[in-house]
Amino acid sequence: MSNLHENQAVGVKRTVIRSIAALIGMFAFAFALVPLYDVFCRITGINGKVDATAQAIVHEEVDESRFVNVQFITRGSAGLPWRMSVEMRQMRVHPGQTAEVDFTFTNNSRVESWGRAVPSVSPSKATRHLRKVSCFCFEEQLLQGDERLTIPLVFQLARDLPEDINTITLVYTLYPVEQALRHTSLDNTRNNKKIARETI
Amino acid sequence: MAPKLPPQPPLQHSTTAVADGQAHGHAAPPKGILRWLLTTNHKEIGSLYLIFSLIMFFIGGIFALVVRAELFQPGLQLVNPEFFNQMTTMHGLIMVFAAVMPAFTGLANWMIPLQIGAPDMALPRLNNFSFWLLPVAFTLLLSTLLMPGGGPNFGWTFYAPLSTTYAPPSTTFFILALHIAGISSILGAINIVATILNMRAPGMRLMDMPLFVWTWLITAFLLIAVMPVLAGVITMMLMDINFGTSFFDAAGGGDPVLFQHLFWFFGHPEVYIMILPAFGIVSAIIPTFARKPLFGYASMVYAVAAIALLSFLVWAHHMFVVGLPLAAELFFMYTTMLIAVPTGVKVFNWVTTLFRGSISFESPMLFALAFVVLFTIGGFSGLMLAIAPADFQYHDTYFVVAHFHYVLVPGAIFAIMAGVYYWLPKWTGHYPNERLAQWHFWFSVIGVNLTFFPMHFAGLAGMPRRIPDYALQFADFNFVSSVGAFFFGTSQLLFVLVIVLCVRGGKKAPAKAWEGAVDLEWTVPSPAPLHTFETPPVFQRASH
Repeated sequence: MSNLHENQAVGVKRTVIRSIAALIGMFAFAFALVPLYDVFCRITGINGKVDATAQAIVHEEVDESRFVNVQFITRGSAGLPWRMSVEMRQMRVHPGQTAEVDFTFTNNSRVESWGRAVPSVSPSKATRHLRKVSCFCFEEQLLQGDERLTIPLVFQLARDLPEDINTITLVYTLYPVEQALRHTSLDNTRNNKKIARETI
Repeated sequence: MAPKLPPQPPLQHSTTAVADGQAHGHAAPPKGILRWLLTTNHKEIGSLYLIFSLIMFFIGGIFALVVRAELFQPGLQLVNPEFFNQMTTMHGLIMVFAAVMPAFTGLANWMIPLQIGAPDMALPRLNNFSFWLLPVAFTLLLSTLLMPGGGPNFGWTFYAPLSTTYAPPSTTFFILALHIAGISSILGAINIVATILNMRAPGMRLMDMPLFVWTWLITAFLLIAVMPVLAGVITMMLMDINFGTSFFDAAGGGDPVLFQHLFWFFGHPEVYIMILPAFGIVSAIIPTFARKPLFGYASMVYAVAAIALLSFLVWAHHMFVVGLPLAAELFFMYTTMLIAVPTGVKVFNWVTTLFRGSISFESPMLFALAFVVLFTIGGFSGLMLAIAPADFQYHDTYFVVAHFHYVLVPGAIFAIMAGVYYWLPKWTGHYPNERLAQWHFWFSVIGVNLTFFPMHFAGLAGMPRRIPDYALQFADFNFVSSVGAFFFGTSQLLFVLVIVLCVRGGKKAPAKAWEGAVDLEWTVPSPAPLHTFETPPVFQRASH
């Protein structure tokens, strides 16, 4: 009789310890999913997530037999008084060709603010074949009040871009960056001679 | 890490083996409110859970009626859109976390020890704690409605960044309430697993357990696996709101779609948490009133286990339109359809149990039969939604609302009501008033279909969910739905009446209240005394 109860108590204790271990494991797993998801999306190119670092130009023969339409879309943000525009809505490039296009950020308010343009590529299959050599999307931007900033995007489409992709859409969405969160120093953008700043 | 077990002999209620020695071994319980605050008895805690969930069922129901009253005709009449959003959100949250889940936990507390021949739950004091967390959690959640900016208004799925960047200031309280409710569920689940695995009557193997016990064992594993993920998600929300992180904020490198993946990794197993115990109840009632053993006991157990495992592989079918790659759409479409196989096995077994049985139609059986038919309708609309290309049309329409209400109202809730009518004689010692119970059944079954069936058509015609106004062509469908909702809601007062009458008196029930019932709970007297199975019963294996 008491033997049965002792066995039960031992069993209950074992079950509770295992359950709590499983709980802690699953809680940690939920947080581990955040970087895992990111890595997974980057490796597979799912979700249109683009590398946030510059890639080198690969010198390869330009495939002049086909043209790919690259479209640019820019979107503002509710929390940021900026306007973002692009020099042309779309351009036709050959795979392997290096292309450059100017984007303009305008601060419509009197006070300085930090912002960031977050890119997304569609179709997501094309993400891995779009190499960004230089992009404002790698870092946060600072605009003084009434300032206009023009920055080029330099990119290259890889030669191995799948045959069935004829149009690639590149979307930039502006987001405000809170002071406390920014981690890029101003110098990065100041030193680049291709960046034009002017006051409107 | 593990809670310290009390040093005294673990089962304090079984100090004596004298035949009617129960009364001698116990100190008199405290009187009044303290008795309920301090109780560690599984039957009393089970009753507390059930009463709590019944109250919450009515509060959530009133929220639903506010929604239906506003949708009675096109245009904005009664409430402003901001309050409408709070009502849809709170209706969902209360019904899922405060009505359906605690009702099943209450039934588990009452019936699992009785069905496996245990004297109580394995951890009685933890049991008390897990119950009393619930009133705290949901008082807190309901109080957000009175806070500046109002309560949660982002839908019960609380998608970020709608629930972080654009949410009302009360969201932090919502997160705390959900954390407390989650802890309650987790502790309840640990207790149930510990009870089932360790405290069965000598000789009862796992494959001898009644299906209600089996389904709850699997449900408890699901709870232990996914409630921590929910806790993780809302913790990330909390940090995004208050501590400047960017888990779900694209500006800081986060990803809103990640929220949906994490949420539905919890959310899909969660919907099975709300249906598996219902399968268990129906699998107890149908054999009883068909007077035949359940057809295919082992296949029922394996089907439940298969559904539980598959529930971890289907979450993205809630997100077909977020821009998943084609391979993912196909994967989640096929795994979702695969769930129809074990579910089909279960429906087949219930129908086959009925085949050539000598069936009688008492109120528990009526609810159980309605469950089989109407849950299957909900299953079919689920299959339609599983087809990824078709889902692009159905997504976020009233078709989805019709689907999940068919599996939750005549699914989970009818099964709970069936269980209540089935076990009331054991709880109170009286049969429920059969005439009133049958009125309740017919009103409910008509009300449910009147409310939810037209939603299929409104949804297929393109009516979006969670919107307080709609285009004129949906007016007739919504008129019928609203009339049905008020009819259904009002008729639930009959349910309360039947329960109150049954507690106060009625036809006396014998120990074995239903002729065809076989499980261990029918070997103890009706009403079940406060302490049962202090000496483990002799378990005799029925032939499954």
